[in-house]
Amino acid sequence: MFALVHLVPGDPVRLALGTRFSQESYDALRERSGLDQPLLEQFFGWAGRALSGDLGVSFRSGETVTSQIAERLPATLTLALASILVALVIAIPLGTISALRPRSIIDRIATVISQFGISVPDFWMGIVLILVFAGTLGWLPSGGYVPISEDPGAWLQRLLMPALVTGVVSGSVITRFVRSSVLEALGSDHVRTAQAKGLPTRQVFTWHVLRNALLPLVTVTGVQLAYLLSGVVVVEIVFSWPGLGQLALQAVQARDYPVLQGAILLFALVFLVINLVVDLLYTAIDPRIRR
Amino acid sequence: MSGQVLEVEDLRVRLRTPRGPADVVNGLSYTVGPGETVAVVGESGSGKSVSVLALLGLLPARVATVTGRAVLQGEDLLTMKPERLRQVRGPGAGMVFQDPMTSLNPVLTVGRQLVEGIRAHGDVSKAAARRRAADLLGEVGLPDPERALDRYPHELSGGMRQRVVIAIALSNSPALLIADEATTALDVTVQAQIIDLIEGLQADRGTGVIWITHDLGVVAGIADRVLVMYGGRCVEDGTVDDVLERPAHPYTRGLLGALPDLAQPAVDGVVPDLATVPGTPPAPTDLPEGCVFWPRCPVRGDARCEHEQPPLVQIGSGPGLPHRAATWCTEEAP
Ligand SMILES: Nc1ncnc2c1ncn2[C@@H]1O[C@H](COP(=O)(O)OP(=O)(O)OP(=O)(O)O)[C@@H](O)[C@H]1O
Ligand SMILES: [Mg+2]
Repeated sequence: MFALVHLVPGDPVRLALGTRFSQESYDALRERSGLDQPLLEQFFGWAGRALSGDLGVSFRSGETVTSQIAERLPATLTLALASILVALVIAIPLGTISALRPRSIIDRIATVISQFGISVPDFWMGIVLILVFAGTLGWLPSGGYVPISEDPGAWLQRLLMPALVTGVVSGSVITRFVRSSVLEALGSDHVRTAQAKGLPTRQVFTWHVLRNALLPLVTVTGVQLAYLLSGVVVVEIVFSWPGLGQLALQAVQARDYPVLQGAILLFALVFLVINLVVDLLYTAIDPRIRR
Repeated sequence: MSGQVLEVEDLRVRLRTPRGPADVVNGLSYTVGPGETVAVVGESGSGKSVSVLALLGLLPARVATVTGRAVLQGEDLLTMKPERLRQVRGPGAGMVFQDPMTSLNPVLTVGRQLVEGIRAHGDVSKAAARRRAADLLGEVGLPDPERALDRYPHELSGGMRQRVVIAIALSNSPALLIADEATTALDVTVQAQIIDLIEGLQADRGTGVIWITHDLGVVAGIADRVLVMYGGRCVEDGTVDDVLERPAHPYTRGLLGALPDLAQPAVDGVVPDLATVPGTPPAPTDLPEGCVFWPRCPVRGDARCEHEQPPLVQIGSGPGLPHRAATWCTEEAP
């Protein structure tokens, strides 16, 4: 990962200094950022500092990487959580209804919708939404981010469209999973046992079908959340959403190694944490895993 | 009312399969009286499980078409309103399923699965249902029933799970108990205990029992009557003595061919099984036009065997319960 960042062609120092600079200032900045040292030494230095929470200083802005990431984190968290909420609100009912009536009209429509959500590019969906709701109808601002602490109304207005776009994309993927796991649960023998006991249909469905279909749902939701938290670059750009995806993209463009490395480290961390949470959740809801 | 617990008349089940419609049950008629045990025997695939699942509406509706009549205590199960059928499942008819490994929900405790069945049919408090559940587990011979209530199915052995499934089926004291290979995973002692339990229930409450099994020892031990199924049809039925000692149908005779003397006690807990008949049963998608057994029949004693289906008719004229067989070859019966 570290090596990959440094393999990207382009000299960060040159980019940081602009077009006109003297050889002295070039060497000075190079030395200050440690870029004159051998790559391996740079890596161990960085890794050591990272362990103590110091991710270095941005070449571009001169701010610490941690403060830059901390600044972007709320926007990314907001969007990711809102999106996963939208995704689940779409996917659970749609996937369940499809599974209950396989090959019915509703199932076919749901399949088309989720196919659409998976294959249509998110920037296109975003632009269409902006044109309709911000342009033609003028109901919503076309982008930007306002912290909820400042103005909850404005926060929600700006959150709606990007959350809808990423939510529909994730929701389409999750719908497929819900459909197949509910279908599988429906066909299992223990459902027949539950019916034979004379349980009401609703109880059979809630406790012997949905309860069991929940297990795979936890995994896919975790994967989708990890993806959303690593920043959805395109959607962030379309809606001028100041999240981590944008930060990472700007860092790539400026060859801002410390920021880029910091962002990637964070994404890896997010992935680990979500995996851990999914495992813990699984232990809580699947007695077969408990010891 | 006829006084029977269950009266099945011309039961037919057609399943939609990728290879076309499969006629899995083809005109099954039988009765189960109060306190009576009817054993259903036959090779794998002969339609035993499907025929009983059909009674309680437990076949997937999209795949199965069920016709005929199945009157349980005066009401036809096959035309019943869904809510009434739900009420009947449990107290009317309890069912023990064939595969104990998959018949319980892996994510719910044993206690919960028993309690919900008890509480679905009456205003019972949770605590009372739990007590009843523990009693039931004790009755089916599960050690330490109180603790077993809080166990999950995967923490129990196959035999223990099978006993839980039996306890669930018995939990509402059904008028009819359907046991599909209910004791196959159990050792002889536990099996005997379960059979005692069910016989007690039959004596107390007049429970009728349909017992599907491959185990002729069990048939001889507990059944009043035997129904032999082949290709989705009843090819022979009658009292245990009639069918086991004077089998009329060539298929029944084949099944009993290697039967050791039932008077001898089983050695090392090994109970005699049905013999294997050479050849394979017909595919339900492609049944023969004449006698279902004709393609494998070693006798073929009549010109009509190949093209004309023999009806199930009474044979002999002994006293008591009728002995019926569907074969053209009756003259060979001793
Ligand atoms: N859901 C289903 N869909 C399609 N075919 C089925 C289905 N269930 C059963 N069958 C077919 O119906 C026939 C009868 O099956 P059934 O389970 O009743 O046999 P069985 O007599 O109980 O056999 P076993 O002794 O192995 O339990 C078989 O040919 C089987 O393949
Ligand atoms: Mg079976």
